[in-house]
Amino acid sequence: MAKDKSSTVQIQTYADHHVITQPNPLRKVLRRVAEKDLDDPVARAEKALAGLSGEFKNWMAAEADRLAAAHAAVLRDGFTKATREELFRAAHDIKGDAATFGFPSAGATAESLCRIIEHAPDLDKVPSDLIAHHINAIQAIVRERTKLDTASMASELSRQLRGVADEYLADVNRDRPEHLEAILAPSIVPAE
Amino acid sequence: MFRIDFNKLRFLVCDDNPHMRRILRTLLHSFGAREVYESEDGATALEMYSHYVPDIVITDWSMPIFDGLELAQMIRQPESKGNPFAPIIMLTGHSEKRRVTVARDAGVTEFLAKPISAKGLYQRILNVVANPRPFIKTKTYFGPDRRRNTANAYIGPERRIGGEVEVLQQPSLLDKARTSV
Repeated sequence: MAKDKSSTVQIQTYADHHVITQPNPLRKVLRRVAEKDLDDPVARAEKALAGLSGEFKNWMAAEADRLAAAHAAVLRDGFTKATREELFRAAHDIKGDAATFGFPSAGATAESLCRIIEHAPDLDKVPSDLIAHHINAIQAIVRERTKLDTASMASELSRQLRGVADEYLADVNRDRPEHLEAILAPSIVPAE
Repeated sequence: MFRIDFNKLRFLVCDDNPHMRRILRTLLHSFGAREVYESEDGATALEMYSHYVPDIVITDWSMPIFDGLELAQMIRQPESKGNPFAPIIMLTGHSEKRRVTVARDAGVTEFLAKPISAKGLYQRILNVVANPRPFIKTKTYFGPDRRRNTANAYIGPERRIGGEVEVLQQPSLLDKARTSV
């Protein structure tokens, strides 16, 4: 594809490192356009994404079902390596996808659940209600989204759960500074 | 103002979540890309990387067995037969600063935290296409220069040491990788 046969790699050798520079192999895919160029690839992509949005509710429901199944496995088998990983991955996917699918509060609740799974020193000692409330909240947010006044309720529910989870994590990690630092560090994702 | 000819770029997308792969495929095709290869795990992605020699890799972090971080580390092997220089964009639900540092130290070129947006993805792609950074090889690291600040005022313990001793010219490893396919 983007290929420049005349390119050469330049290696500058220093005492403890090398700096390797090669002519930009992707340079040829760049083209200069007039400032007035009306083609907007970002707008085009946003429109295409909007075209997919009809499927988002079903996708979100599938993600929520997967989370519920992972939680059921934990309740049945306890926290094993496999059940912990699946619960984390299901929550982590919702954390990353839910806002795109139009369920930002489900994403925020899933993030709180991820933090519990990642930072609790012993998952078997986490109050089972704390995890169950997160799972149930996500299910409810996904199921009840179409009703009026649920957006603010979902946001409040998510905020309350995050508060409780953070309080718990701060307490159980009081002697684990590296976890405490991670828990208290701000997210790199800008707030809504 | 510059635009990217996406139809000349070959992408490899690696994400275990089929919904996210669909979204990425939709966005890339809307940008104009024609060649988008997809993998649902790191091991398959590595095979596809060697086979298709993509121009840009977009990978999730968290995947079962062989994750995106390991994929980046496997690609960034300076002695490998493949192209170790391809830009790697890590698209992930991880949103903690320490994760960015870990990804950077694995040789990831750009980090994009979910939720994904068309604008965010386009900007990362534009950045790796228009502003590639030189690669640094040390005893413990091979990847794009981790210092985006070009000022030389830093004098701390992690300052690279040593004056320039020699400059070698050799054929592009990217070309070598492509001709070996």
